[in-house]
Amino acid sequence: MPEVETQHAQVGAAESWEDRVRRTFRAMVTAYTLESKLSSLYKAGKIVGGVYIGRGQEALSGALGACLRRGQDIFFPLIRDQAGRTAFGETLLDATRTYLGSVLGPMRGRDGNIHRGRPREGLPAMISHLGGGVATVSGMLMARRMQGSLGTAVGATCAGDGATSTGAFHEGLNLAAVEHLPMVIVIANNQYAYSTPTERQFACRSLVDRAVGYGMAGHEVDGTDMLACLEVLGSAVEAARAGKGPQMVVASLLRLSGHGEHDDAAYVPESVRQSPLGRDCMTVAETQMTEGGFATAGEIAAWREQAAEDVQAAVATAQQEPGPDPFRDDWNAYATPGFREQT
Amino acid sequence: MAEVTYIDAIREAQHDLLEKDERVFIYGQDVGKFGGAFKATQGLQEKFPGRVIDAPISEDAMIAMAVGAAVEGMRPIIEMQFADFSSVGFNQLVNNAGTHFYRTGVPVPITVRLPSGGTAGSGPFHSQMMEAIYAHYPGLVVVTPATVADAYAMLMESAALDDPVLYCEHKFLYRWLKADTMKGDPLPIGQARIVHPGKHATVVAYSAMVHEALRAAEELATEGWEIEVVDLRSVKPLDTDTVMASVARTGRLLAVGEAFPWGGVTAEVISRVASEGFHLLDAPPQRINARDTPVPYHPNLWRAHRPTLESIQAAIRNLLSL
Repeated sequence: MPEVETQHAQVGAAESWEDRVRRTFRAMVTAYTLESKLSSLYKAGKIVGGVYIGRGQEALSGALGACLRRGQDIFFPLIRDQAGRTAFGETLLDATRTYLGSVLGPMRGRDGNIHRGRPREGLPAMISHLGGGVATVSGMLMARRMQGSLGTAVGATCAGDGATSTGAFHEGLNLAAVEHLPMVIVIANNQYAYSTPTERQFACRSLVDRAVGYGMAGHEVDGTDMLACLEVLGSAVEAARAGKGPQMVVASLLRLSGHGEHDDAAYVPESVRQSPLGRDCMTVAETQMTEGGFATAGEIAAWREQAAEDVQAAVATAQQEPGPDPFRDDWNAYATPGFREQT
Repeated sequence: MAEVTYIDAIREAQHDLLEKDERVFIYGQDVGKFGGAFKATQGLQEKFPGRVIDAPISEDAMIAMAVGAAVEGMRPIIEMQFADFSSVGFNQLVNNAGTHFYRTGVPVPITVRLPSGGTAGSGPFHSQMMEAIYAHYPGLVVVTPATVADAYAMLMESAALDDPVLYCEHKFLYRWLKADTMKGDPLPIGQARIVHPGKHATVVAYSAMVHEALRAAEELATEGWEIEVVDLRSVKPLDTDTVMASVARTGRLLAVGEAFPWGGVTAEVISRVASEGFHLLDAPPQRINARDTPVPYHPNLWRAHRPTLESIQAAIRNLLSL
């Protein structure tokens, strides 16, 4: 799918503001299209386990991915970062193969859904235990600093409001600040950790107030506003790149789906859905695209069509591929030859 | 004659690793200028600036950091100040480090040093043996060196392996255990060693308990009993073959461990021998462990909490009488 391959910036490529805006929006459209398809496949019983989508967070995630450079930067995505993954350059096939359990995917059927990545290509694979990404990215950056290969690379990772309550998140932020690493930590405050509202999650005025406690810069942004996300994340990424240490970005928005596609999110009151937090960033972004002169309605329609075609192709390919064979899996958790348990 | 201790070997191995392999670095609390709580990194920061790094008190982040660094091609050595505190890093050890190779195909060569086991007065939170907990999880290698030469060779080998290794070093052995040289006759990780040959019973031990078992065997030798002592050296992989061959010669088995009694390494050894070598046994296999309480503070209680020369001897006599 060469179309997808061109959706991310290569190292050294100077990108105009207009191009970045267009690339972000296209990644949002692609992610939205893919996740709609994945949701249908799940509801049709074609995907086992679960489907976790980034509805309502496409602008924030896509903007972050678009501000990073594939091949140089590190992106540790979380559960609602399909748009960021696409903008960063993860192929649709990596997503569909992992969700559909193809043995040819990066996780080979050994892990599924959003637990996927290509660690050696700057795209680590998350574990389900929240908060650990901060220190994992810190280690990747510290390694490069020791190797003398850090250059102007930046590491970025994402958290939700729920993840900010973990010890791992706190330990990671503190470590990153102590080491003065070029990191961007993006917190999507989407108002609910599964069903738990923010007033049961934290008691501070705003999560961004925590930044000063760690000794790092803090930024706030309206997560429903694509252009605002691009501006704030762009300056945070550039500040980190310029050696100003870790940057915390807190975005306010609302998760416009359940925790997973098994969840109808009935616990979200109508008043919250109707509040400014509940604006759909896809609609806002489309208006911004046309009114700002970044794209015509015709171009957007063509992008949607292309996204649908690409998603269909990636799903079809993965569906035709074999799943893992228990008689062929080596059942070996060790890289060292001969260490596999024989029992 | 020159004399080297167990902790000298650990320090020397880290020195040699830093010198030979530029991918190696050390990260842990107080490991820098201070040289570590047990002086296992004394002088290393001065000699290898930028590669012996003080960490905040954040065991979870330390392990996650090591995983990230390993993905990028480094070979970190993480010093836990005490094995007990690795419980704070447990999640990253078992769920990130332990699963990484199987899930992603990318190995994470990290070595986590766990100053383990009891010394009198250390109490419940500075005395624990964590090897069984980590051995339970796939993807982790768990080694328990009992000699000065193994302390050196197994740390060198741990850092060279592509898998995450829990290197359980026993604090009681640090300065008590001495040898003429740290350069012994190394065996690879995954192979046990028969440290005292015999024919009447097999005692399987590891870490500091090897020395208690040896003393018991030597005392019983004065009465004509020939007790074979097997030092497991690594508990995962576990060298079932050497244990089984020994039991085939002796027909009797006692497994000795310093950890808590529920489950664990001694239970694993007995389970394997009973299920695969039942026909080799002339008596029911026995095990002796620490008591099922937290490790107590007072020396009177501490000495009675873990297996001792006396309790091991009594257990062997009982085994011989069955």
